[in-house]
Amino acid sequence: MKIVALCGVGVGTSAILKMNAERALARLDIDAEVTATDVASVQTVGADAQVILTSSELVAHIGKTNADIVVIDNYFDLDELTTKLEDALG
Amino acid sequence: MQLPDLPLTAIAIGIHVADWRAAVTAAGDGLVRSGSTGPGYTKRMIDVIDEFGAYVVIAPGLALAHARPGPDVIAEGLSVVTLAEPVAFGHPHNDPVSVVLGLAVTTGDEHVLLVAELANLFNDPRVIPALAAATDAAGIRSLLGVTAPAGEANGVRE
Repeated sequence: MKIVALCGVGVGTSAILKMNAERALARLDIDAEVTATDVASVQTVGADAQVILTSSELVAHIGKTNADIVVIDNYFDLDELTTKLEDALG
Repeated sequence: MQLPDLPLTAIAIGIHVADWRAAVTAAGDGLVRSGSTGPGYTKRMIDVIDEFGAYVVIAPGLALAHARPGPDVIAEGLSVVTLAEPVAFGHPHNDPVSVVLGLAVTTGDEHVLLVAELANLFNDPRVIPALAAATDAAGIRSLLGVTAPAGEANGVRE
């Protein structure tokens, strides 16, 4: 399973999102690969992703995708990440 | 990995700004003063928000201003700005912002290590309000787990 953590310029907040998503997945005992990427690459990197994690601000930049888009409000809130990932993947 | 040293020049406490651009500019000024970036980087951090919106406001009250690595990044660096009056960045959930971190890195890999450390710190929800309430550099450094650079007394404000 592949999950993409998206930020605007790819060297930014996506790494925080990736790290905390991995922690949330470990809590859920779900085995998935989390990749950090930017808006310019999301169509390529996210082509085979099941879930795209991002900020509400970036949803409009994603374009067409088959992945579930999961909006995270607080990137440091592991409870929020865990609940939303469980909903998306459950 | 530890965060880089945080010199006094990279810290601005309780400043007054009119809007988010001024807040990000203050974070950029901290990076410039501490020798991390040239002034062009500050504009690039603002451009990122103009282009992609306020997604840099990644938690309630906290903006992580940053741009891609580039020739205007002299060395990796972090700056910390706290605002006397919080300002709106336009984020639907996490406004208003009272703490702005400026982040500059020279490579994407370095960035990953730095933000990993930031994630470790800020996963504790008490840190953002504590930073916003800090009254001196020693308090800020202590919360971030960083030290003063060699030759600079910890906690002494100029």
